[in-house]
This record gives sequence, C-alpha cells and structure tokens, in this order.
Amino acid sequence: MDAVHVRGLRVRRGTTEVFNGLDLDIPRGQITGLLGPSGCGKTTLMRSIVGVQKVDGGTVEVLGAPAGSRGLRHRVAYDTQAASVYADLTIRQNLRYFARLVDAPRTDVDRVIAQVGLADQRDQTIESLSGGQENRVSLAVAMLGAPELIVLDEPTVGLDPLLRSELWEVFRGLSDEGTTLVVSSHVMDEALRCDRLILLRAGRIIADTTPDNLLSETGTTDPDAAFLKLIERDAREEAESVAESVAEGEKGPEPAASTHPLTRREAREHAQHPHDEERS
Amino acid sequence: MNGVRTFATAGRVLRQLSHDPRSIALMLIAPSLLVGLFAWLFSEQEGVFDQFGGAILGLFPFIVMFLITSITTLRERRSGTLERLMTTPIGKADFIVGYALAFGLMATLQAIITVTFAVGVCGLDVEGPVWQLGLVAVVDAILGTALGLLASAFARTEFQAVQFMPILVFPQIILGGLFMPRDQMPDVLYAISNWLPLSYAIDTINAVTAGDEGWDVFRPLLIVTAFALGSLILASLTLRRRTP
Repeated sequence: MDAVHVRGLRVRRGTTEVFNGLDLDIPRGQITGLLGPSGCGKTTLMRSIVGVQKVDGGTVEVLGAPAGSRGLRHRVAYDTQAASVYADLTIRQNLRYFARLVDAPRTDVDRVIAQVGLADQRDQTIESLSGGQENRVSLAVAMLGAPELIVLDEPTVGLDPLLRSELWEVFRGLSDEGTTLVVSSHVMDEALRCDRLILLRAGRIIADTTPDNLLSETGTTDPDAAFLKLIERDAREEAESVAESVAEGEKGPEPAASTHPLTRREAREHAQHPHDEERS
Repeated sequence: MNGVRTFATAGRVLRQLSHDPRSIALMLIAPSLLVGLFAWLFSEQEGVFDQFGGAILGLFPFIVMFLITSITTLRERRSGTLERLMTTPIGKADFIVGYALAFGLMATLQAIITVTFAVGVCGLDVEGPVWQLGLVAVVDAILGTALGLLASAFARTEFQAVQFMPILVFPQIILGGLFMPRDQMPDVLYAISNWLPLSYAIDTINAVTAGDEGWDVFRPLLIVTAFALGSLILASLTLRRRTP
C-alpha cells in the first residue's frame, strides 16, 4: 500500500490557486524527491501531507488514514523549510522537549544529535549556531522516535557538499530501516540520490520518474539539464495545446499564464518577453 | 489534554525565559518600581496611596503579562515552531495550559515581590490579610496571560499584537473603577464596565484593602477567574492545526 495517496487535491493560498485537482501516490519505504522551481507548490504539498494545510477539496490519505488525523501524529514527522526550533534554547533542550511530545525515549536525543553531526555543540543555544547547523537541529527533531513517514522541506539548504552527502547517507540509512522519506530540494544533483522523483511545475506534476529514467528519457547526463529540458517541454506542450484549441476555432482555454499561478520568476520573464513561450 | 506534554511545554517556556535573565529581571522588578514611583508621587498627600495603591498592584501584573504572553506566542506562530507542534501529538489545550502554567508561575513570583514591596517598603495600608492581595495580583496576571494568548490569535505581526493593548487593556483600566467609583459612572458606561474582567479585579482589591471578608472578596475574584478560564478555552479553540 502507498504511504501517501492524493486524489483531486485543490488548495488555494491567498488569491492564487496552488493545486487544482492534483493526483499523486508515494510508495512506502522509498526516498521520494520532490523537485521543482520555487513557488511550484512543493511546500504546500508537504503541508497537505502532514495535515497543517487548509485544503479546498480532494483527499489526502497518509499511511491509510486521513492526513493530519490524530493517530498519524506519532507516525509522521515534518521539518519545515525555515528551521522550526526554539532559538533561545540549546540543541539538547530543544530535542528533549520535542522528544517528550512525541514520546520518544530519552536516549533518542543523543542519537539524533550524533546523526546530524552536532554532538560537540549540543549545549550551545540555537542562536549561537550557523544557519546550516540550525537547519540540522531542525532536521534532528524530525528523526526523533521512529516515525514511519518523514517529510523534509529542503533539509540540505545552505549546507556544504560534504555535509549534504553525510545527511543523504543518514536518509538512506533511515530508508533502509523501512522509513518512507519525502524530501524536497531544488539542488538537482540531490535528485540522483532519491529512489523516485516527482517534478512539479506551477502546481502540476510534469514528471513522475526515477533518476535513471529521468536521464535516459531526456538524453542528458546531468540532472540540471534534464530538469530544464522537462520544463521547456512542458511549457511548449502547454503553448501547443492552447494554439490547437484556438486553431480549432473553439473558445480555447484561458492562456496558459492564467490557468495556473506563475512562479515569480516566470511572471517576471513573461512580462519582459511575452512571446518567449511561443518561440521556444 | 496530557499532563506530560502540558508540563513539558510549561518547562520549555520557563527554560526559554531562563536564557533571558534581563526579561526575568524586568518581569519581577518593573512592577515594584512603578508602585514605588506611585507611592513617592503621593507621599505628601495623606491616604491617596492607600486608596489607589492596591488597584495599581492589580494593574501592573495584568498589563505586563498581557504583553509578554501575546508577543511570545506570536513569535511561536511566526517562527514555524507552532506549525511543527501542530504536527506532533500535543493537544491545543496542552499548548495553551502549558503557557498559562509557566507564566502563572512567573506571575506568582512577581506578585510576591510587588506586594511585599508595596506593603513593606511603601507602607501600603491594607485592612484585610496581605496574602489575599497577592492572590488577586496572581489571578490578574493569569487573566493578562489568558487575554494575551487570545489576542495573539488575532494578531499577525508583533506590531498588531502591541496595538491590541490600547484596545483591550486601556478601556478596562478607564472603566474599571480606578478613576471613578463604578457606581458613579454614566449608566451606559457602568453597564459596560460590568462586562469587563478588570472591573472585578479592582473590586476585589478594594474589598481586600477595605477589610471586607468572605463573599465580598471572593465573588469578584471568582468572576475574574471565570473570565481567565473562558479566555484560555477561547484561545485554545482559536488555535488551528490547519492554516491557509
């Protein structure tokens, strides 16, 4: 059975529609990478999975129960994008507090501190740490207890390559023990470390694949290039479908730009070169 | 509700405070300084401090706790920690009561120091037992905590949270009977003052300083307590697991 089962998810944040009928399945026991340009809906999807996002429609089922239901709060762990720990407490004080909330054994505190490589700083306050260290503390909180599903929103942002690689080994270790991980990232080389990849663009899934297939399908060796190729192909198809419906003489759908929210960068580029999409 | 998680939360809030000794000092000493200033101001006029000093004792803990609570909980909302907490098994009541316990404890310390200072150093004349004055100060501080928790639910920024003070707190001070006995107010204002918790806090203090006993002291005090509990319940109801 799938760890996450999303059907017809609709979410509106402010005046923009983030998802309009999203379907998605995430298998158990794997590391699923959630990739896409910023503003594409990664965080909203993760918030919907852990049950803190107000949704307007559709169903999100997690480990066989509705997302966010009481029974799931021991089984699902979430690390928000910004480090969500108490800046005025020490590393250990933070972890002890969260350990008590999720009924994790006390020994877990030192285990997770060691796993994220902060044993030497454990009695320092979060304020005195670097941004990368702070993110690692926040990540450690998500590893307390034995959650079946861990949802991590850009856990490796701002970390040097060595540390990133160490953390991915930790993720792999958790996955080998049977934990399901959903990890968002916009660092494409991390994509190759996942078992499965979901590429989001403007609230839609444009690819649901594996790292090997991603490279072979796009005929590239480098995930950055593969990703760009997919995004360009998606933009082209979108433009073509609009052109087709206009050619057929029927009242076509709204131009692509307004059927889904543009990312800020897309909107800016669109404003500067309004005809780029047709040209590409 | 779950005792372990409630007390873990209260402990965590106090531990956060312990990293900020300056705040603790301000919280514990500031009300005494203000009471001292007030006593000094009226030192030449016989009886004025005895008349107003008690009410002032109830006001300061209320205001200080209102501000501290609304800003700390707002910080929690904005830093993402609240969102994370809402994905853990902690109950909304655990969170709210945890905060109330932590700040209630600080309020008790504050009340002991302030009342001792007012009576011992400033010579506040109290007909009734002094501990009752302390009790009112504690209940007032908890009321401030409760209203602060509630107000933070409606504030999106620290700036808004601070703005809630003049709206929620000042009218209560003006209509509470400090400036004019409540029964001498215009009818409409008197009716409004009957719905404001601080009016009953000041009634209680006046009853204690006048040496009243029994129901005259405990009836208004119970009303203040009920307001505090009501705000705590409302605050935990306005806490949302899912946010837009």
